[in-house]
Amino acid sequence: MTAEGRTKSIEHLLRELAPQVLGAVARRHGDFAAAEDAVQEALIAAAQQWPEAGVPANPRGWLYHVALRRLTDHLRSEMARRQREGTVATELWAQWAFVPPADAEVGIDRDDTLVLLFMCCHPALTTASAVALTLRVVGGLTTAEIARAFFVPEATMAQRISRAKQTIRTSGIPFGMPSDEERADRLRAVLHILYLIFNEGYTSSAGPELQRVDLSNEAIRLTRLLHELLPNDPEVLGLLALMLLTDARRAARTGPDGELIPLDEQDRTRWNRSLIEEGVALVSAALPRGAVGQYQLQAAIAAVHDESPSFEDTDWRQILALYTLLERMSDSPMVSLNQAIAAAMVYGPAVGLERLDALDAEGRLAGNHRLDAVRAHLLERAGDSERALLHYRTAAERTASTPERNYLLLRAARLAAATGK
Amino acid sequence: MKYMLMMHTPRGTGEWEIFSWAPEDFQAHVEHLNRLNQEITEAGEWVEVQALTPPAQAKLVRAGANGEPITDGPFPEAKEFLAGYWIVDVETPDRAYEIAAKASAAPGPGGAPLNMAIEVRQVMGGAPAEA
Repeated sequence: MTAEGRTKSIEHLLRELAPQVLGAVARRHGDFAAAEDAVQEALIAAAQQWPEAGVPANPRGWLYHVALRRLTDHLRSEMARRQREGTVATELWAQWAFVPPADAEVGIDRDDTLVLLFMCCHPALTTASAVALTLRVVGGLTTAEIARAFFVPEATMAQRISRAKQTIRTSGIPFGMPSDEERADRLRAVLHILYLIFNEGYTSSAGPELQRVDLSNEAIRLTRLLHELLPNDPEVLGLLALMLLTDARRAARTGPDGELIPLDEQDRTRWNRSLIEEGVALVSAALPRGAVGQYQLQAAIAAVHDESPSFEDTDWRQILALYTLLERMSDSPMVSLNQAIAAAMVYGPAVGLERLDALDAEGRLAGNHRLDAVRAHLLERAGDSERALLHYRTAAERTASTPERNYLLLRAARLAAATGK
Repeated sequence: MKYMLMMHTPRGTGEWEIFSWAPEDFQAHVEHLNRLNQEITEAGEWVEVQALTPPAQAKLVRAGANGEPITDGPFPEAKEFLAGYWIVDVETPDRAYEIAAKASAAPGPGGAPLNMAIEVRQVMGGAPAEA
């Protein structure tokens, strides 16, 4: 293996071991933030030493040993400080005086990684902090990599991570599995954060990709990990399926210059068949398990699209039925908007437009560009090009996405040219 | 979501008005903005902050027939100029407005808040999420 290849495989190994070691250290020490610092130091030491000296026989034990050493070093200086101040905490020391040797087997509790995920996605954290901490602690990415992925300075990302750790420390969240009552809510928070990470990667396909970590792949990797830990949870299955079925269309979704290609114009031969097969198998496994959740339904919708030979041949009745189910368990107006699109595909644009009027009257999508964009499409299909143009332009004015704005403006320009308006 | 906050300031008598303030007023103004920058830094919201040179050096540039730069300016008649900007990465639009209001309230002569207008614009991003 080349030196570069060796370094790559060590990086890979470290990223895989990082959450396991951190989980074990945090479980033993109790202070998550201190444990995280110590494990980071151990990972840096490994990244420096292993390429030259070779990977130790028990790499996990090595990391655990070094991290605990670092923690005891910190503790020792803390003890010295307390001694100077006249207070001695011997019981603390007794607990820490023993550090297992580097080749000792470390008890790996698979739940540790799960506890880590619960901690990183804790509702006490802001969304941005939870995302950053998850990528750093469970994903094993460096702060610089995460910063580049979000186009912010490294110092800003470092600050977010350290604030997140501070929040965990001050809010006294213990390192442990949430109670049974809490668990469902906390798992929902984890799934939400993983989905956000996926979308962030999926939506930022423009830009200097080569230097960026692929956040979608990272989210898929973390969700696979979660699925290994909770193999029987249907919503975890659903989320993983949704990610795979969405990611399968990635290559077809944008043109060579990052321009947006809508579903009806995508070259379906460019969809990734193996991802589709895997996603469909997962969603088929999840649905019969009873508790149907939102991610499973979204995955089922994505599966119908992915399995259709063409846009025209899509089973819109099934998609409409799935969105109707989804609407019952979600209060998101975006779901209602998608339901209106499906209704328009089944019953014609007039029915879709009626539903949009009802949504508009509710006011929950006021000022949202997607409402205008969908209305423009349906008006164009209904032959009302004058009003379609108006809504295309309003949507273009309101979106914060450059490729989407360009797509809407181009669409409006073509319609205007075709109709002489 | 990222926002650009632009501080447009009155030009006054030829340069930034700030150039003719009493030293303690100038100091209080700078300290206010430093504190704000500190707050943005600690919150993990900082993307970029830049101050711009005074309008006396501002040029407008257009391409000539062969693409060569043709410069024009400065413009003594302009009443307001862009003095500087922040780019912040925040969780909500309201947080961007809150930061802008703090910038707006920077003290002027005699320590009274200037309440100058800060233009807040969202920075456009990549493709939208597939709903």
